[in-house]
This record gives sequence, C-alpha cells and structure tokens, in this order.
Amino acid sequence: MNDSVPIPTLPSPFRLIATLGGIAMLSGLLVVMAYEVTAPHIARNRREALQAAVFEVLPGATVRSNFFIDASGMLPLPDEDLARANLFAGFDDDGRLIGYAIEGAARGYQDIVRVLFGYDPNREIVIGFTVLESTETPGLGDRIGVDPAFLANFTALDVSLTDDATALRNPVETVKQGEKTEPWQIDGISGATISSVAVGNGIRDSATRLLPLIRQHAGGSN
Amino acid sequence: MQPDSLSFIFLNAFLINNFVLSMFLGLCPFLGVSGKISTAWNMGLAVIFVMFVSSTCAYGINALLVRFNLEFLRLICYIAVIASAVQLVEMAIKKISPALFRTLGIFLPLITTNCAILGLALFQTFRDYSFVQCLAFSAGAGGGFTLALLLMAGLREKLDLADVPDVSMGAALSLMLAGLLSLAFMGFAGLGG
Amino acid sequence: MPPPARPAAPMNWETFTQGLWKENPVFVMLLGLCPAMAVTNTAMNALAMGVATTFVLVCSGLLVSLLRNIIPKQVRIASYIIIIATFVTITDYAIQAISLDLYNALGAFIQLIVVNCVILGRAEAYASKHPVFNSLVNALGMGVGFTFALLCLGGVREILGSGTFFGVMLFGERFQPWSVFVLPPGGFFVLAFWLVLFSTVRRARERREKEAAHAA
Repeated sequence: MNDSVPIPTLPSPFRLIATLGGIAMLSGLLVVMAYEVTAPHIARNRREALQAAVFEVLPGATVRSNFFIDASGMLPLPDEDLARANLFAGFDDDGRLIGYAIEGAARGYQDIVRVLFGYDPNREIVIGFTVLESTETPGLGDRIGVDPAFLANFTALDVSLTDDATALRNPVETVKQGEKTEPWQIDGISGATISSVAVGNGIRDSATRLLPLIRQHAGGSN
Repeated sequence: MQPDSLSFIFLNAFLINNFVLSMFLGLCPFLGVSGKISTAWNMGLAVIFVMFVSSTCAYGINALLVRFNLEFLRLICYIAVIASAVQLVEMAIKKISPALFRTLGIFLPLITTNCAILGLALFQTFRDYSFVQCLAFSAGAGGGFTLALLLMAGLREKLDLADVPDVSMGAALSLMLAGLLSLAFMGFAGLGG
Repeated sequence: MPPPARPAAPMNWETFTQGLWKENPVFVMLLGLCPAMAVTNTAMNALAMGVATTFVLVCSGLLVSLLRNIIPKQVRIASYIIIIATFVTITDYAIQAISLDLYNALGAFIQLIVVNCVILGRAEAYASKHPVFNSLVNALGMGVGFTFALLCLGGVREILGSGTFFGVMLFGERFQPWSVFVLPPGGFFVLAFWLVLFSTVRRARERREKEAAHAA
C-alpha cells in the first residue's frame, strides 16, 4: 500500500513489541480455549479406540483395566494416565480374567508396524491380534490386518515360557505360507512376507520382554 | 534391524521414506530449485544445515514444553524458532560466502515456510526420538532431500534437450519425472527388513 | 500508520470465483502441493484436509483483515504466522475431538497446514489490504478451490487405486485395484495429469477468445 513511499517512517519499537505481544496473547487465549473445550472429547476418543482394540484381541472381554509393568512390579493406572500404560487386562462379565493385551512393534516393509495382541496367561497362548498402525503397501502388506487365513494364526499361538519363566520356550517365528507345522509358528502371507515377519517379530519381542514379568508379578499360570 | 536403531532411522529418512519422494515434504523448493545441479547442491546444503539447527531447537523446546505441560503451544513455538533459525543461516551465509548468498538469496526465505523443516520437527516429536535419534533423523532427512534434488536436477538438465509436447512443459513435466523417481525409490522399501 | 485512502474495493462475484478456477491454488498457482498430494489417497481424507484448510484460511483471513490497520508493516509476517499457527492448532484439536481415525489418517499433515503457502499468501496479498467481508468471501473462494482440487486428486486416486469412492465399492469384487495410485508415485502422476488437462483447456479457451476478437 506504501509502495510509492521509498522510506516509510519506522514505528517505535515499543509499538512493534506491543503489537506482537498483543497478538501472542490473543493467540494463546484462543488456543487454551480450544484445548479446554476439546480435551475431554479427545481423551474419550482415545479411550474408546483403545477399548475397542483391547476387546478385539481378548474375545469375550467387557471390562478393561490398565497397568504399567516393569521389573519392579505391576502398577494399576487410572484412565487419566493412559499414556503410560503398557499392559491392559480384560475381564468378562463375571469378573474372570480373559487375558492381557500387549503392544508390539517391529520394522515392516515400509515403516514401523505397531500391533496389539491378546495373551491368555492360563493357556499360555496368543488369542487375538489387531494392527494398530501400519503404512504397509495397500493390497499387499496391509493384508496382515484383514487376511482371514493370516488372522487365524492368532487364535492359539503358543507363547509358553520355559520352566524357570525367563524366556519363551519356543520363540515365535514366521514361516512361508502353508509351511506351519508347530503351534508357535505363524503362517505368513505370500506376497507380504516382510510384513508377516514384522508381525511375528513384534509379538516375539514384546512377549519375550513382558510375559516373564507378567508371570512373576501377576501369578498367571497355574 | 531394531525399529529404533540409529542406522534404521537414518536409512528410513534417507531412502525408504524419502521426505520429498514419498512424503511430499518440501515440494516447493524441489520443483523450484531443481533446474541446475550446482544450485540444487547449494540448496541441499542449506536445507541440511537448517534441518540440524531446527531439529536441535525443536528437541529443546519440546523438552521444555512437556516439562511445563504446555504441549498445546508446540506448533506456535516451533514455527517461531524455525523462522529465527532460518534468519540465522541467512545472516551467516551472507557473512561467510557472499557468492553463495547471491545464488541462494531468494530461496532462503522459501526454507522458512518449507514443510520439510517443520515436518522434521513434528515427526521427531510424534515418534518420541531421543536427542541422538533426532540427529540421525535430520541427517537422513536432509541427505535424502539433497539426493532427490540432485537426481531431479540431473534429469532436468538432460531434459532441456528433449522435445516434449507443449502442454506438458514446466510443472507437469517435473511432476511426472518426480513420479518416476518416486517409483524408483519405492524399490528401497524392505531394505534391511 | 493509517493506509492511504483508496477507492472502495469492488465486491463482486469475481472476489469469490477467483480462487475456484482462474487462480486455483493447486492447479494454476502450484501452491500447497505438499498436503495436496500427501493426504489425497482417499477422497474422504482429501475432503477433510480441504475443509480444515478452508477453516484456517477463513479464520486467519478474517483476523488479519480486522487487524490490518493495527499491525505495523515491519512485524506483519511474524504476526500472520502466529495467527495462522493459532488456528491450525485449534483445527488440530477439533479434528482429534471429532474423529481419531481421521486424525490418524491425516497425521502430522494437519499441523503442516501452517506452512501451506496458500494461507500466508492470501493473508499477505489479499486480507491485509481489503475489508473484512471481502477477505472473508475471497478466502472462502480460495478454500473451496483448494478443496475442489484436493477432491479431484483424491477422487481419481481412490477410484483407480482402491476401486472405491468415499469408501463405496464401484466395480464389484473382481476389480483388481491399481495400487500404485494410492502410493506416492500415483500422487505425482495424477497431479501431472490434471495440470496438463487444465492447461489444455485454458489454451483452447484463449485461442477461441483470440479468434472471436479477431473476427469482431
């Protein structure tokens, strides 16, 4: 608007700072307002998404509780502290423990694949599985989340612990399609080998790390 | 390879999920400055430097914001710091190498509003990288950006001699080339898996 | 300093339609390409991104226009960026509150709206020089144009790449999806195709106009 004026008079530095400060205040106010309004909805959405995933991998579960587990023990967490939880227990209507939902992550074809799987401590098997996050190739790698034959691997996948309960007796491994012979093997998807292997690795790593802790702190197997 | 190992983070940002060719970050400079290899190289260097600076700043700010529970101010703070970082690099280049400044002069402001720089800061926050992981990530992202820019510039220099249909001259042609490059880069997926 | 007096800005249909076709941000001005390709692998994502961007465009245009006589020239860019970042943050929270699935699909690209050149470009080139209502209408036009461009990209990519449109199956079970179109290279190819189409149409129209002028 002042293109024709060669040197515009410089407003006082005070005015510049006051303007920027005023705008920053206004913006802070708006953001805080938006945050306050949306925070409860966001928390509820996150809770519901997690709840749905946990109930999916623990068939029959209707009640969920959150835990943080490490070498020092198993700490129950309220829903407000969901971000810290690394273990979710699922119970049925009668309050019987169905199992634990555990997250796993491994490097897939395109990027990291994050999965959630259900663990039944009494039978020492994986009873359910779902993909939380993946950017695997559509039509090929992303079949790990939908392929019925592949999902059937996770109805009774053997993850039993050694007698001293420090490691898996037979580490989970992914084999080529149709070559599954042992209960701890995952029948891969042909055309999505790397993605299938990633799922197996994710489950194996988390199971190796967390199952001995669960046995130690929660009792579990009889 | 572990999903959070440094080599994987670097490789992932450098080739597999190249910022330009598979995440579409930083397309403006990619299309604008890829006419000549020499300019592309200078631009790439500037981007790598700004990425290191802004990644370091973003890590610091995020640690501070999380400490005081002010995560909702993250975006505004990132933008402010990255803009200042670019100003800094602009002044530094002007002082150190006036020749380089003349070549890059008009493109440096472009980096300020470059999604690649802000994207780097946001992705490292979302993925909870540690400080060393952030450095590996920015090295990979900056290197990958420069690689894509150089490849593109090489192709376009050759293309000057080619006879292409009139309507597809300019941006459309560059985009098709970028698409072919992107197809080629898809071959890197699965690397190290 | 108060802006010098100028003739009242003309407010007409052109203010709105400018962004739709003649200055379409994506197809003609090649701005905001980053979100235009990154999130347009489905029509739904494209629509969400377009609406989010329109919201930020309109709100920031409104505020910039309201404050246009207060903000000194020297700090205007900094002020605009703060204003835009504010509305982007608000949009980010709003989308998280509306649908987490949508938020996960768009990822960091919602926050990257802040560096979309369309928005800063509008604030600087239009909203800072025009009255509130004009700015509002112009921003809305630009937003609709941007959304339209995103839908063009997202629609084609989803139909070819997954055989669906807004999640509705189009070709039946036997369709073999052309997956490359939902992958990054497809984004480049589809945009290149639209650019060629646009420039062909524009040239044909220019030629017709020239011939009409010649005949007259």
